[in-house]
Amino acid sequence: MRVVVDLTLCQGYAQCAFLAPESFKLSGEEALMYDPAPDDAQRERIMRAVAACPVRAIFTEPAPGADA
Amino acid sequence: MTAGPIAIVGAGLAGLRAAETLRREGYEGKLTVIGDEAHQPYDRPPLSKQVLTGWVASDHTTLPRLENLDDVDWELGHRAVGLDLAEKKIVLDDGRDVPYDRCLIATGVRARPWFNEAEAELDGMFVVHTTDDSRALRTRLAAKPKRVLVIGGGFTGSEVASVCRMLDIDVTLVELAPAPLSGALGGVIGAIAADMQRDAGVDLRTGVRVDAIEGDERGRVAGVRLSDGTHLDVDVVVVALGGIRNTEWLTGSRLAASALGIGCDAGCRAFDGNAIVTDDVFVAGDVARFPHPIYGYQMMTLEHWRNALIQAEIAAHNMISAEADRRPHVSVPWFWSIQFEVNIKSVGVPTIADQVVVTQGSTDDRRFVAAYGLDGTIVAAVSFNAGRYLEYYERQIQEAAAFPPVLDEVGQATGDDPVPAAFPPQSELTNRPTVVLTGHSPTEMRVERKFPEE
Repeated sequence: MRVVVDLTLCQGYAQCAFLAPESFKLSGEEALMYDPAPDDAQRERIMRAVAACPVRAIFTEPAPGADA
Repeated sequence: MTAGPIAIVGAGLAGLRAAETLRREGYEGKLTVIGDEAHQPYDRPPLSKQVLTGWVASDHTTLPRLENLDDVDWELGHRAVGLDLAEKKIVLDDGRDVPYDRCLIATGVRARPWFNEAEAELDGMFVVHTTDDSRALRTRLAAKPKRVLVIGGGFTGSEVASVCRMLDIDVTLVELAPAPLSGALGGVIGAIAADMQRDAGVDLRTGVRVDAIEGDERGRVAGVRLSDGTHLDVDVVVVALGGIRNTEWLTGSRLAASALGIGCDAGCRAFDGNAIVTDDVFVAGDVARFPHPIYGYQMMTLEHWRNALIQAEIAAHNMISAEADRRPHVSVPWFWSIQFEVNIKSVGVPTIADQVVVTQGSTDDRRFVAAYGLDGTIVAAVSFNAGRYLEYYERQIQEAAAFPPVLDEVGQATGDDPVPAAFPPQSELTNRPTVVLTGHSPTEMRVERKFPEE
């Protein structure tokens, strides 16, 4: 799946790094590094991270077959 | 709303977001997106960070599509070579025409190559702009070079130096200004960035330039000679000297396109060479040179991720909206950089400032905010590992608040006094067009632009 984070919005709350640690990591205190093409097996965790982000900075494509 | 067709030239972040916006806002007509790279629109910021460290593959930064774009005509791997304003068509490199009723130009920038062509051909010379650039450099870094030389201490160069240190590769960074990042943030904040680099083990050399890059008998980079006479053995050179705006293809058109960018109004409508606004050609992203009302209507170009995104959305909206429904592109600019485990964020336009003051936190801890002022008004702020304070400063900038700012609402102020921001002098563009006026009657004069030989 494809992911992009608007790092202008990101404030380093790190909810994503707790919920999907394979795909989101902090570099230092608040700089976010992420995998823009995580394996589809990660989708559930990624979607939890999307929902939990306090500043709604994580964007993904709709799942295949979902209503766009 | 136009019935179309609509053509977008440029398939980066701005081109993609414009296409999504057109569909989201109900444009159902023919939509063509032209891009000179064969790849689907991809994201660039990871290319100098998690791709170079090896965590993410270079071809894994394809941007998610936030709308269904299956019915878009993707002309990828094709370069636009001309724009005919009268015939309303774009000419592609294979000779085909793409007609439009509205068109958006979002051709962005390309990496500035090393000026010496023979040296630029050496094996071991790299730039970091495209996914192919990043893959090539990653491959070389994975092979553990002896020493990497980074030419240019802007954001990209500094990020590459940071990655080298993360990979435990020896790296020298050469910057002509007194400090890295000083072109974007000034010499005061640049000095903090310099300390950060040296603490991380970067061999930082400021105030010098690279005079020559030497190859061995097999055409591989072997060493460099600096302007202070120093010779360094290096096997990889990364040229990070900024970008060149992709506007040459418009030289034969009547648009106000030059090395400075493509002039446009706050509604993203392009100016023609007479500085008269067009109503069917729009501009967005790194090539757009637009007036910013809160900065005295100064014409500016911004090579920032979020500017590309917002400008593309506004341009797309305006392309399909009646005049009364059009929106201006007036938001306060933001950018960020991640280097040496520090999150650097900026809001506003630091480069126009004359003064800077550290307002919160501690520069020794590399956790602070600095505010920038011009003539007693706040114009920008930058944070190192303190990004969540910047929204407060954004509001201050929007309200043209006094500089130095009063910080009652966000917490403990440092009490520091403002000092000169110490921006290096802006370098003059050498290849801007000469403008001459033709005609005799004052009401019938026209602008003619003469471009220097490339």
